[in-house]
Amino acid sequence: MAQVVPVPRLSVETSHAVGRPRHSAVVRITHWFTAVSFVVLLASGIAILLAHPRLYWGETGAVGSPSLIDLPLPFVLDVPIRGPGRYLHFLFAWVSVFTGLVYVAIGIPSRHLRTNLLPARGDFTVRAIRRVIENHLLFKRPTAEDLTTYNVLQRLSYSTVVFVLAPLILWTGLAMSPAVTSVFPVLVTVFGGQQSARTIHFFLACALMLFFMVHVALVCQSGFRSRMRAMITGHGGVRKEPS
Amino acid sequence: MTRHLSRRTLIKAGLGVAAGGALGGTVRLADRCGLIPANHRGIYGLSETLTYAGQRLLTKLPSMAREFDRSQISAVSPVNGKAPTTEPYQRLLGGRFADWRLTIDGMVERPGSFSLDELKSFPSRSQITHQACEEGWSFIAEWTGVPLSFVLDRVGIHDNAKYIFFFTFDGWWDSIDMDDALHPQTVLAYAMNGPEMPLDHGAPLRLKLSRQLGYKSLKYLTKITVTDSAKSIGDGLGSSAVGAGYSWYAGI
Repeated sequence: MAQVVPVPRLSVETSHAVGRPRHSAVVRITHWFTAVSFVVLLASGIAILLAHPRLYWGETGAVGSPSLIDLPLPFVLDVPIRGPGRYLHFLFAWVSVFTGLVYVAIGIPSRHLRTNLLPARGDFTVRAIRRVIENHLLFKRPTAEDLTTYNVLQRLSYSTVVFVLAPLILWTGLAMSPAVTSVFPVLVTVFGGQQSARTIHFFLACALMLFFMVHVALVCQSGFRSRMRAMITGHGGVRKEPS
Repeated sequence: MTRHLSRRTLIKAGLGVAAGGALGGTVRLADRCGLIPANHRGIYGLSETLTYAGQRLLTKLPSMAREFDRSQISAVSPVNGKAPTTEPYQRLLGGRFADWRLTIDGMVERPGSFSLDELKSFPSRSQITHQACEEGWSFIAEWTGVPLSFVLDRVGIHDNAKYIFFFTFDGWWDSIDMDDALHPQTVLAYAMNGPEMPLDHGAPLRLKLSRQLGYKSLKYLTKITVTDSAKSIGDGLGSSAVGAGYSWYAGI
């Protein structure tokens, strides 16, 4: 598993000299495309939601009919954010779809998904999981070895985002399209109706937002500058110890 | 050195011209196949075109909006906006739309107009379909009317007709492509959930598209114009709503 185990004192330059980037160029580029798309999709999604912050279950729903949830948000109808919001939402939906296609098309043959994202078989031992949770609870900074590979919780959360949440949020988005469902009605009927798909789309966005917040918090906790350097330049994954 | 540079410049220029030509050719081919939307300009035009082209390729497959049982008709069917308060509309309303006529002009063999009774005498279609507003709410209702394709056939549209424009009493105008215009579930509806079209739902006649969001189904129709280009009407973007952020194509 561990090809190169850098010693804790390893400097950035030596790590560079080893030659193998922490994150491949494809991972880094698709990461930042996804990051930008996610923020824009979230903001524009909120702008669209504010036109009608009520959620329903089933085929239909409107003011005057029972809701599933009345979100504690105002109805914002006449602010000129919704129009651009909708245009932005679909523009960046396309950006993230193409980014996802590139990521998967390269991630499968390069074995990135298999090697780096899916949990390894040995990961699912109680000891391994307990060690990761303990380290988190004790706010332990990651060791140099931790920084060369993902632990079981990272693998599980990244896999959930890539293989479950992202495809489902795209699917529920398409399930709201009257043109797409006129060709494939099953895309919406499996959810029990167009309003159910809208509600699930909302909760998937909440789940992704939760992931996003935890992800950013842990990046800060484990060394913001070195993590950012690793995801921008590919190198510098190993934090320089204060001498 | 200069030779090297000039050769590089030459290759770059050649590649540029080839790429431009290929792109231009692709755009022309896509346009001929009906894959370029009326509002294809600007940065958002890029995603609008991808969405429209993608869905138009998809709807070449059998494409019918879901129809529902009478038991699924919604108890509430909200609307945005009220009936026009303008004098011509109020006068026609006062006469129970006996003097109302739907004008059809543009690229047609027999331009003219139809009264409400004439439209009602044509073969009708009733459909119980879903209507979703871009705001997020939706309802199911039964719409009855004459298929637009029947009326277009009646006036004889030209072979190169590309857009059907609709004009209303409340000042909105919008257009649809021939794929939607000739679709069996596209009707000029004169009744909803009963014998008449409720006033707030667009009496006496509204468009009812089944494969686009609600705002494309214009209410209070007064005129239809058949054209081969969106450029000559209004701001040339195909719809009075595009500037406000409402896509020309709302198949979403």
